Amino acid sequence: MSEPLVQARGLTKRFGDFLAVDAVDFDIAKGEAFGFLGPNGAGKTSTMKMITTVSPITEGKLTVFGLDPAADGRRIRQRLGVVPQEDNLDMELTVAENLYIYGRYHDMPRADIRRRITELLEFAQLSDRSDSPVEPLSGGMKRRLTIARALINEPDLVILDEPTTGLDPQARHLLWDRLYRLKREGATLIITTHYMDEAEQLCDRLVVMDKGKIVAEGSPRQLIAQYAPREVVELRYPEEQMEGISERLGWLEGGIEILADRVIVYTDDAEATQRELTIRDIHPEQVLVRRSSLEDVFLKLTGRSLVD
Amino acid sequence: MTILARSWRWVESEAIGYRRVWRGTVISSFVNPVLFLSAMGLGLGTLVDSTSDQLSIPYLAFVATGLLAATAMQTSAGEGAFPVMAGIKWRKGFHGAITTPLGPADIVIGMMMWGAIRLSFVLLVFALVSVFLGALELGPALLAVPPAILTGLAFQGTVTAYTVTRENEISLSTLFRFGIIPLFLFSGTFFPISQLPQPLQIVAYFTPLFHGVELVRKIALPGADSSIVTSLPVWAHVAYLTVMTVVGIALAARWLDRRLRP
Repeated sequence: MSEPLVQARGLTKRFGDFLAVDAVDFDIAKGEAFGFLGPNGAGKTSTMKMITTVSPITEGKLTVFGLDPAADGRRIRQRLGVVPQEDNLDMELTVAENLYIYGRYHDMPRADIRRRITELLEFAQLSDRSDSPVEPLSGGMKRRLTIARALINEPDLVILDEPTTGLDPQARHLLWDRLYRLKREGATLIITTHYMDEAEQLCDRLVVMDKGKIVAEGSPRQLIAQYAPREVVELRYPEEQMEGISERLGWLEGGIEILADRVIVYTDDAEATQRELTIRDIHPEQVLVRRSSLEDVFLKLTGRSLVD
Repeated sequence: MTILARSWRWVESEAIGYRRVWRGTVISSFVNPVLFLSAMGLGLGTLVDSTSDQLSIPYLAFVATGLLAATAMQTSAGEGAFPVMAGIKWRKGFHGAITTPLGPADIVIGMMMWGAIRLSFVLLVFALVSVFLGALELGPALLAVPPAILTGLAFQGTVTAYTVTRENEISLSTLFRFGIIPLFLFSGTFFPISQLPQPLQIVAYFTPLFHGVELVRKIALPGADSSIVTSLPVWAHVAYLTVMTVVGIALAARWLDRRLRP
């Protein structure tokens, strides 16, 4: 196997007494879409910042392209494209100018930048906005422009920190579509997200982070197979009936998760579980049967709801 | 890329944005000196010259040279304050730039270079307005610009260093209220510091704008006597302002690094 693009061993980040990233290990191979999944404060962004060399590591070992971020930060950044969590486009510049200045920061010749801008505006579906200011663009357009900006230097690794947070469903799907295309073209992607469906759709492999630690690792399919039984029965109750629910449902095997308004029952056979409920005269307000998802993996691993 | 090449990339991006707003800034570059020189120089100056012979030159020439240095201070302090806070907190442009080959030091130096370019223009306009209003001869007016630029850079560097350690714009208005405005008033801009009580004169010797004002006058008004300037040598002013510039840039780069790359 060729050397991983990013390798972390015992990677740790501390801010004063706060342990943001706690001795994590991971390898990211060329050409894969790698996800960091976890709630806010899990340490995803801190990990991203160390990889992008804008936050020094506290302990452990980290290499990016086989280089040391502390010594070769500039050489690493030359080959990176970074999409930050919060847009930081230059509002005083036009769409095309935002791309242009990043091309210059990467020391690209002007002619190359111009050619690349045409391609990228098309990719981001912003060609007709080339000369308009950034301010009036919609959230989805700004996000796509930020992604285009990250691609100006034809990076070997693209890092996207919560790329679709705050976007409406339509904008999200358009963005996913663009990211698929990038993937198909062979780009290596690192994506952080707290959306399950995003991780399931985009990531070949992912790690689940919680409180600075990696609590699980694998492909979405593997994780679901390993940590969540095949099916999920969701029992919805009115609030007043949620009290004492754990005693009433304690007999269920395979584990349950009790949330504010519903109980999640993991099972290999949803039909059997439903029959059992009827036999025991348990009648929730609503019953929903579905395939288990990464969200269930997360609940199982950390015992709490992901989007908090 | 060398550090200068990288910093120059920053200047390019500033210049691209500036193309859209330059008209407004050009107008204020003209309006400011016209207002100040006509009020202070022509208005107040007539009164001063007619009631006192303490100054060996017309008050208009005295105040024009002082205001040139003070304008440099104000312009550059502004450049070290608001765009820097914007880059860190309001628009976060710095956070994006440091994910490219640019680093915090490149940004600081780039901003200083851009500041120097903008300031040169502002001061050149000021000098020409002074000539037009009869405050200074053309030669001395132009000679006064480089020392005023040095004065400005000394302020831009240190104010940048201050700003990168601050959280909000209240700290910036505090700086202007308790730092920049008192300096503007008591550094010999409007009256020789020999008019101040002895203890305050000693304080003035240690303040930066005093050195900027003195340097501008010693260069632009050769032969100025002790009613206009102190007996401190030119090199002392240059050394003070140069050290302040270098220390300011070094601290700004270091502290911005700490701020952006925690």
